Amino acid sequence: MSTGNGEINKMMIILSKATLENVYAAFVLANGARSEGIEAEIFFTFFGLEAIQKKKNEKLHVATVGNPAMHIPTMIGGIPGMEAAATYMMKKEMEKIDMPEIPEFLDILKCSGVKMWACKLAFDMFHLKREDLVDEVDDIITVGDFYTKAKGEGVHMLFI
Amino acid sequence: MEKIIMGKPIEVNEEGYMTNFSQWNKEIGEELAKEAHIPLSSRHWQVINYIQDEYKKEVPLSIRKIGKSGVVDIKEFYSLFPNAPLKTATKIAGIPKPASCI
Repeated sequence: MSTGNGEINKMMIILSKATLENVYAAFVLANGARSEGIEAEIFFTFFGLEAIQKKKNEKLHVATVGNPAMHIPTMIGGIPGMEAAATYMMKKEMEKIDMPEIPEFLDILKCSGVKMWACKLAFDMFHLKREDLVDEVDDIITVGDFYTKAKGEGVHMLFI
Repeated sequence: MEKIIMGKPIEVNEEGYMTNFSQWNKEIGEELAKEAHIPLSSRHWQVINYIQDEYKKEVPLSIRKIGKSGVVDIKEFYSLFPNAPLKTATKIAGIPKPASCI
């Protein structure tokens, strides 16, 4: 979608997953864009909505099953408590590299000027209410609205 | 590389960041701010002094740290140095561009 001089002016990031590593990927990319002077917006859809739910976003986990990069045998990864243990260990490492927890990260993104949108279709499907979402969310919008916001030169769209 | 600022040759890298902090002074900071189109207020100077202190203490800088500094919050940091605040502020302060992703 890049036109003009090839510079990136805006990142439109779609987050559809709620595993910790995917949420962090979206947040780091959005935050990194802002600190380079690039605009950034995130569209939270499907399970991605968990990252902006007050009651859920502090309890997101890394996936220990179906994730070969964890190097844990699938049968062991499925034992109750494994996900929590792996998440605990990963969070400890993240704190060492100054990675904020999800709620604090949302605040940083908001203060940095990242726009955050909830997908209306998924929002309705999960029977959510506005008060279930964190205050940082700008609005609940349709996919068409999101495309309209993506208009312009040097806009890139990324699906996570 | 060298660049002439205020009539003096100043060591900079290819992105224009000073590579020798001992050459920095307030006048050079003012000049670098002009190049970045930022009129410096006392608030700007408080932030610049803070990040220079952190640099001298060899603390890696990040947006999150700035937000927790007690000197400035993230929102104001972005309004003082629009677009790329950490990059712009460090350039004016005469210190290397932070390598942080957060």
